[in-house]
Order: sequence, then C-alpha cells, then structure tokens
Amino acid sequence: MDLSQHLVAFQVIVPLLSAPLALLLRPRGLAWAATTAAAALSFAISLAILQQVLSGQEIYYEMGSWAAPYGIALAVDAFSGLMTIIVSGAALAALLVARQSVDKQIEAERQPLFYSAWLLVMAGLLGIVVSADAFNIFVFMEISSLASYILIAGGPDRWALPAVFKYLIMGTIGATFYLIGVGLIYMMTGTLNLADMADRVSQVTELKPILVAAGFITVGMALKAAVFPLHVWLPNAYTYAPHAVTVFLAACGTKVALYVLLRFDFVVFQPNLAGHEIQFGYFLMPLALLAILIASGVAVFENNLKRLLAYSSVAQIGYILLGASFVNMAGMSAGIMHFFNHALAKGTLFIAVAALAMRMPGLNLSELAGAGRRMPVTMGVFVVGALSLIGVPGTAGFTSKWLLISASLAQGTVGVALVVAILVSSLLAVIYIWRVIEAAYFSGPADSEQAVQEAPLQILIVAVTAAAANIYFGLNASLPLTLAEQSASALLVTAP
Amino acid sequence: MELLGYYNYWVFAIVLMVGFYAVIAKANLIKKLIGLSIFQSAVFLMYITMDKVEGGTAPIIQAGVTDQIYSNPLPQVLILTAIVVGVSTTALGLAIVVRIHETYGTIEEDEIMDMD
Repeated sequence: MDLSQHLVAFQVIVPLLSAPLALLLRPRGLAWAATTAAAALSFAISLAILQQVLSGQEIYYEMGSWAAPYGIALAVDAFSGLMTIIVSGAALAALLVARQSVDKQIEAERQPLFYSAWLLVMAGLLGIVVSADAFNIFVFMEISSLASYILIAGGPDRWALPAVFKYLIMGTIGATFYLIGVGLIYMMTGTLNLADMADRVSQVTELKPILVAAGFITVGMALKAAVFPLHVWLPNAYTYAPHAVTVFLAACGTKVALYVLLRFDFVVFQPNLAGHEIQFGYFLMPLALLAILIASGVAVFENNLKRLLAYSSVAQIGYILLGASFVNMAGMSAGIMHFFNHALAKGTLFIAVAALAMRMPGLNLSELAGAGRRMPVTMGVFVVGALSLIGVPGTAGFTSKWLLISASLAQGTVGVALVVAILVSSLLAVIYIWRVIEAAYFSGPADSEQAVQEAPLQILIVAVTAAAANIYFGLNASLPLTLAEQSASALLVTAP
Repeated sequence: MELLGYYNYWVFAIVLMVGFYAVIAKANLIKKLIGLSIFQSAVFLMYITMDKVEGGTAPIIQAGVTDQIYSNPLPQVLILTAIVVGVSTTALGLAIVVRIHETYGTIEEDEIMDMD
C-alpha cells in the first residue's frame, strides 16, 4: 500500500479524529499540544499534496474505492491545493499563538472542549476544499460552522453571545440556501458529484430550476463569505471572538465560502447557463465595489482595533470578488492570488493584535497609547502586516493589488473608475492604519516612564515569521502566482 | 390543474417564507430559532417530495419481483443528514440563548441592544 495515494483522505481524517482525542486530554496544556501536533501534521500533508499538484498530478480519490457517481470522491487541483495550504497554515500559526493567548482568555477546564471544536473547524474547512461532492461540501460546511460558533462564543466578553447568535442565524440561512440549490440540481440531474453535475446539466432541457439553483447557491455562499451587504455578522463575530480564533477565522473562514462560490459558479453553471458570466459579473461587481468603498470608509471611524480590521476584511473580500467578476484570466488570477495574500496580511495583523492583547489594557485605540515603545517588536510586525494590507511594494499585498489594477485597466472605461475606487480604498486603508500607528507611537506617556514589556517569546517568534513571510512573498511571488494562474485557467476553461 | 399538481412545492415555498419571516421579524431569540427550524423543515419537504416516483414503492428488493418501480431512496438519506444538522444547529442556538439569558437576563433582541 502506497501511503502517498491516501494523503488527501488523511488531510481530513487527521484533524477529525484528533478532535475527540483533544477532548480527553484533561491535563493542562496537553490538549493544546495534541491540537498543534495535528495541525502541524495537516500542514505537512497539505504541503505534500501541493507538491503533487505542482508536479502536474491530478489528485482524485474515491472514498472506500466506490467509483463516482455512486461513491464519494475527493479531488484536489491547484485551487484546492492553495486553499488547503491557507487553511492548515492559518490553523497552525493561530495555534502557536493560542497557547498563552487562550490561557489568558479561557478557563483551564474548558480548554479541551475549545481545542476539540478548533480541530472540528479545521476538519470541516479542509473537507470543503478537498471534496468533489456537493452534499459532502454541505456537511463539512455545517461541521465547520457549528464548531466555529462554539469557538467564537468562547470569547470572554458577554457581547460575544449576541454576536455569535447573529452569526448562527445568518450562517444557517446561508447553508440552507446552498442546500436548496443542491436539491434543485439533484432534482434535474440525479447526481451530486460536481464534475458529473456539469456534464449532466448540459443534457437538461428545462434550465429554469438550474438558474434558480445558481441564485440560491450564489446568495447562500455570499452570506457565508460576508459579501457586502450580507456582512453584518462578521464585524462583531471577529471582534468578540478569542484573539487566537480571530487569527484563524480571519485568515481562512470566509475564503472557503468564496472558494465554494467560485467553484460552483464556474464548474457547474458557467458551461451550462447562457450568459452566466454576464449575470455573475453584473451581480457581484457592484457589490464588490460597495464593499471596497463603504467597508474601508467605516473602518476609518472604528475605535476598536479588532473591529477596524474586521471591516477591512469585508473590503478585502470585495477585492477578491472584483477580480472574479471580470470573468477573465487576469481578473480571476488576481482574485485568487488575493486569497493567499490577504490571508497572510490579515493573519499577521491579528497575530500582532493577539500579542498586543497580552500586555496592553485593551484594544480600543485610546488604550493602545504607547504600545510602540512598550512592545516595539510586536508593533513592528503590525506595521509590516499593515503595509502588506495597504499594498506597499515589497510586501505580499502589493502583488495581488497590482494584478487587480492591471486587470481593471484592461476593462476599458469602466476599468478606470474601478482603479479609482481601488486607489480611494487604499488611501482609506492608509488613514485607518495611520490612526493605529498614531495611537501606538505618538501618544501616551513619555519614553522615560515606559519599560519595554514584550509579548511572550513564542508569540513573538510566530509574529516575526508571519511578517517575514509577507515580505518574502512580496519579493518572490512565483508560488502563489503559479497556483493562482493554474486555478484561474481551470475555472475559466468554459468561459468565453 | 397543473398548479395544483405542484401542491408540495407550493407548501415548500410558503413554509420557507413563513420561517424566514419569523427569523427576520421576531425580536424574541427563541422565536427566531423556531423560525429557523421552520425554514429548514421546508427544505426537508422539498427533498422528500422529489424522491417520489409515480407508482413507486419502498426500495426493497424482493426475490421474484423484477418489474417493480421504486422511489428514489437517496434524497431521503440526504435529508436525514440535513435533519441531524438542523437539530444540532437548534440545540447549539438554544444553548447560546440560555447563556444570553444568564448574562443579560432577557432574550428580547431590542432589550439586549439597549444594554450594550
């Protein structure tokens, strides 16, 4: 038996089976250690899978050797390979930060439960991205969502509870919409396998139910992905979640829903519905534009650092969608590239936030006074992450923004307006980041009264590594770029 | 007549909207969850309706019977999974409502908003 064939199954099985294990590890710190080991193993597996994908291998795995369309298949191409790296990498980085941060925020006796839910979120998200079966995607989506409600509800503030209730309601509506869409397609085609679906829809004569399904699935996933104006659950959920959870979810939570949206729209609907690319573009481009402008504008007026960054996430989702809404190679690869770069930038920023929260009295901008002198390394990392978020040359954020701007310019007159919107939003980003910098470096007590009091070493090491990754991928973007281009060309095979 | 033939689908759409309305319009968190359950039940109805084959019977293979028409069992299996998901969602939602009641002393959304 060759183990490397089964790697893709282990990608899901490792976190899924570690979850009950973590629950049993009551002694202090053990649950964390087991969870981190599982996440590290997952990350290693996803790197091995990525290696196979990059060497041009198609990974197609039939669970229990039952052939599709009867069996359930797992499939990994460049897009899902990229997503597994983002999810398992974000989970691992967030866990390394989590040990001290979670110790501070969650009582010791509840930590095994917390880490168990964490592993379930991981298993769910990884399951979504490797699955080739529409109903399996739904089940994994609900596993990850239910577990992430638990993680967010673990936040120490009482405001976490109404925030998570709202998220639960909206998330469930999104998933139910998806379920309706899948049901309508199953009704017309009799299959749940994505590739098989695309084939069989082309033989369907009455396309109205498929069109309705496209609407339900797109809106449902837009809800889960916090596409403007369906983002209202996101700012509070991110703000009141435990800091380590925010690192994890902000880096990959909404992106997995966007992944499902793109996969469904371009694998199943695009080849079969006439004018689908026009509807897709006209529906999502205005929403993306509004997200980019309004969410950035709101972020300027926010006083809580986490909420400010959460609104910035809504704007960044807008960038990804804007690229996708062009439905061409340049735009789509820019959007998919931004999956990776935004995960990197926002992950770094929230790691810095978790580090700040270890020492500073609170996360309101006024409470961050003097953070630059008290925690110089942490604030240094924050600044690098922020530069990457804004899109300064030499950081990861620059590469995808540059691709996005050149893709927009190719759109003609509309494109110029889009570029203006992107630039305005970037300027707004400069303003809201500047407010943080100003609070941290230019206000607060004088130098002499401040002793340097850095975050714990473990968090600092993760933070500095994340910042270094932002710069590395800013200077050498070939890996994410190759993956993004391969994904885009695979998605756009049937687009005009 | 054709409209009446789609009876189940009409019920699906109406029940779906009833649930959706309750989720949006009610301020009481328990009522919102009830609405959410109704909303999900409508989808169960849709799946169960579509597996019915006219003249079909339960899909049990019997010796000697070869020309029997069977209903499609797959949607029922699928929706069984979705029902489990729905139950877990409701349970988790209720657990959150209990904790909201413990910390805020109320489960009316507007009163909670007034407090913060």
